[in-house]
Order: sequence, then structure tokens, then C-alpha cells
Amino acid sequence: MSVLLDVEELRVTFPTRTGLIEAVRGVSFSLGRERLGIVGESGSGKSQTGRAIMGLTPPQARISAGKLAFDGIDLLGISPRERRALRGNRIAMILQDPKYSLDPVMSIGRQIVETLRTHEKVSKAEARERALAMLEAVQIRDPKRVFDLHPHEVSGGMGQRAMIAMMLIAGPELMIADEPTSALDVTVQLDVLNILDKLVSERGMGLIFISHDLRLVSSFCDRVVVMYAGKVVEQLKASELREAQHPYTRGLLNCMPRIGFERHPLPVLDRKPEWAA
Amino acid sequence: MTSAIAVDRLEVVFDRFRALKGVSLEVREGESYGLVGESGSGKSTLLRAIAGLAPVSSGSIAVNGKKLGARRAKAFYREVQMVFQDPYGSLHPRQTVDRLLQEPLAIHGFADGEKRIERALDEVGLGNGFRFRYAHQLSGGQRQRVAIARALILEPSILLLDEPTSALDASVQAEVLNLLEEVRRRRKLTFLMVSHDLAIITHMCERLMVMQNGEAVETLTASQLIGHRVNADYTRKLLRASEGFVRA
Repeated sequence: MSVLLDVEELRVTFPTRTGLIEAVRGVSFSLGRERLGIVGESGSGKSQTGRAIMGLTPPQARISAGKLAFDGIDLLGISPRERRALRGNRIAMILQDPKYSLDPVMSIGRQIVETLRTHEKVSKAEARERALAMLEAVQIRDPKRVFDLHPHEVSGGMGQRAMIAMMLIAGPELMIADEPTSALDVTVQLDVLNILDKLVSERGMGLIFISHDLRLVSSFCDRVVVMYAGKVVEQLKASELREAQHPYTRGLLNCMPRIGFERHPLPVLDRKPEWAA
Repeated sequence: MTSAIAVDRLEVVFDRFRALKGVSLEVREGESYGLVGESGSGKSTLLRAIAGLAPVSSGSIAVNGKKLGARRAKAFYREVQMVFQDPYGSLHPRQTVDRLLQEPLAIHGFADGEKRIERALDEVGLGNGFRFRYAHQLSGGQRQRVAIARALILEPSILLLDEPTSALDASVQAEVLNLLEEVRRRRKLTFLMVSHDLAIITHMCERLMVMQNGEAVETLTASQLIGHRVNADYTRKLLRASEGFVRA
């Protein structure tokens, strides 16, 4: 399998009043045209890892890496202009909450058209046609109506579909989805995941699925990277999750209540300082 | 035996939107009761209506056998306290934990504040070291513990819990759920708990009501739900969804 993304020893450091905070501390993994899950709790550095790949790290933070290459392009070596050309075009990102990640004062259709016309030279009429087709591809039943709606006029699930449509319209090769379904209702979550699953496999994209929900990620992804305190504590195949070695991974799996498995009290994580070492 | 909470054909209307369409509910004393549904199902509105935070247009609510009027008396809040979803929004950002916990004591004229604060912090596993910290110095789980301490400090008999762990990490969620179970057992509390997560509700509650579009879909015991002995298609759909993603 060809390597789409190669991350070696990625570090993201934030300067604060009390000194440097290392949010990501030497993360390495590689990704082909597959689904990779990054799992961890808040503060584990999973989102900052995704943002560093996307090039959305805040300007005050410092990034260093042995290697951060997308399709052979050194992401840290290229100019901001070249990075912008990649972003939204060959690398796309879906964020958690469509309420905040869509422009509230622009209709959904116009936002999708804008994304497309930023990256490709197409006529307005053609852009509209493609946006409508894309809305249909994310299973929006009445794309013509939704095209003219503003984000506040649609439900969370619909907004997230519009977001996926917008991110897919330029035909990215790598998609980073940062908690794409956490803000959605459980039944809507499944719809959105089904759409994402279908589109990713049809188009042969690489997907990085960032989430705090280990069980959800392992049901969706081929491989899982587990992060704790800015480091990767374990990498494993999703199918081998049951055989996870690291106590943190096992703790994450065990601590959630499950229907039909009564445990009182629930097992809690006994955090060891050496996990973060 | 009187029921802890009895809600009869409750209607809540916001402007022209009927958020609750004649919902009835009965929670027995000492019971833990769950409300499940998706956003917009009215589950939180029902909880807020009981707490006096939603405009009730018809129907009635009785707590510990006493029918409630349009306004809640001070004594009501000695019996019923609420824990909200977002510990980042429900604690005053410029008050220390000590000040936060003193407020309900001052309102209700308790003299032994010092002792109660120490005991409440102890009970939620925080200890006295947290007493003079601000909310922003605490993690999400610690904040939710403070919110629980604030609810417990008046020694209520009923706790209304509105998605108390949905803003927390899975491992912290387990800690908070364990804490809630423990205080319920120790103080023989009645819980009315809202969640969109069926697994949490079956873990915490003996009975539950499934809601959709402001109406009750069905009432079940936790063991009926675990055994998939459900009648409504909507409940089945929720159950399927809670099992996670399955590739078609």
C-alpha cells in the first residue's frame, strides 16, 4: 500500500505564561488509503495532531517533526501559499459541530460553491450543478431546497452532511474528521457515518477519524492509534482491539457502560505517571 | 406510598411550539428513573418544567405528594435540586468553590455552613484543598463534582440530572456515574435522569421513559430494555444505534 501521509516525531508546543506546554510529544504514524482512528481523551493531543497535518495550528505554537509528508510533499517545508492550495483541495477536514464550522451568514449552497471555485476553475452554473450533485451524494433528499438554506435553518445532522459535501467537493485524497459525529444524536450519527464510510471507500480516500469514543472508532476504522498526554501509547488493528496491551487502552474500553453488561461500580482508569513518560 | 414525582398530562409551550404534549410520569420514592430521547424530544424540557424552569401551560406536577403551583416555593428547592449538563456553564466563573457552596446555604439560612461545605466536598471526593479554587482551575470532572456537591449541600431527597456526564471524557464519566450511584445509595435519593445514551440510562436507572417529539413513546424497565423486550419501533432504532457502527 502506498503511503499517503507520513508523520514522524511530530511535536506541537505552545508557549504559555508558565512555560512551554507540549501538546503533541513525538507522534509517529503513517497512513495509506485506509481509515485510521486517533483516540484519546481531552488534552491527549489528538486534535492538535490533526490540526498540525491540516496546517491549522495557531501561529504562536511551534511545530517540529522528523518528517511530515503528504504524498511526498514536505508539509513543513512549503510556503503558506502552497499549503493553502493543498488545504480544502487535497486535504480536507470535518469539524465537530456544524453550528460553528459553517458560515452563519452564507447559504449552504454558496459555501459549497465557494469551496469548489477556490480550488478549480469552473463556471458558476457548473459549480452549482456539482454542489447539488454533492448534496445528493450525502443523501440530502431535496438538494435544491437545502442549497438556498442558511446553516441555522437546518438540523445538526443536515448541517454535518452539508459540511461533508463541502469537504468532498474538491475531491480530497486525505480527509481528517475531528469528532464528526459527537454533536449529533445517536441515530443521526449512524446515518452520517454510513455516508462517510461509503464516500471514503468509493473514492479511495485516506481518512483520519479523531474521536474520544474508542468503541465507535474501532467499529469504523481499520487501524487505531491511542494517544495519552501527547504521545502514542498503542497502535493496533481495530479488529484486534480486544487484545489491547496497554492498560490505558483497556481502561478506555472498559469504563463505558454497556447495555447488557452490568457492572457496579464501573471500572475507572487508574492513571499511572509512567504512561505519560 | 406517595410517589416522589407525579407528572400528569403536562403541556409546555414556547411561543407556538409545543415542546411537551401531555406527558405523564410517575417516579417512586427512592427510585432512579431515566428519560431517553434525541434532541428535541422534550426530555430536558420535562426536567426543567419540574424544576420550575419551563413555562407550563397545562397539566400538573406533584412532588412528594404536594401539588406545585406556578411558582416554586423556597422549600421546594430544599427537596429538589438539579445538576446541569455543562459544568463549564453552570458554575460562576468568578466565585470560588467555597462561595459557590455558600450561596444555597445563605439562601436557606443554614448556620452550620462550615461543616456542611467540608462534608459536601468530602462526599464528592474533592477534599478541602479545592475549597478556595475557581472553576477555571478545575477539570471538567472536578467541576461536575462541585455541581453535585452544590446540589447535595441542602440535603434534598430528589436530584434532577440533565445529561450530567455528556460533556465529560469516557473515563471521567465512569467516575461521576459511580459517584452519583454512591450518593444515591448512601442518602436514599430519588433520581430523575435525562440522557441520550441508552447505555448510561440502563446502567443508572431501574425504569425509563422513551420520548420523541414531546411525547412519551413507551415506559420500560431497564431489564426489558436490556432483553430487547420493547414495543415501539423508535426504541428499537435507538437500541440499534447504541450498538455502534456496523458496516453495511
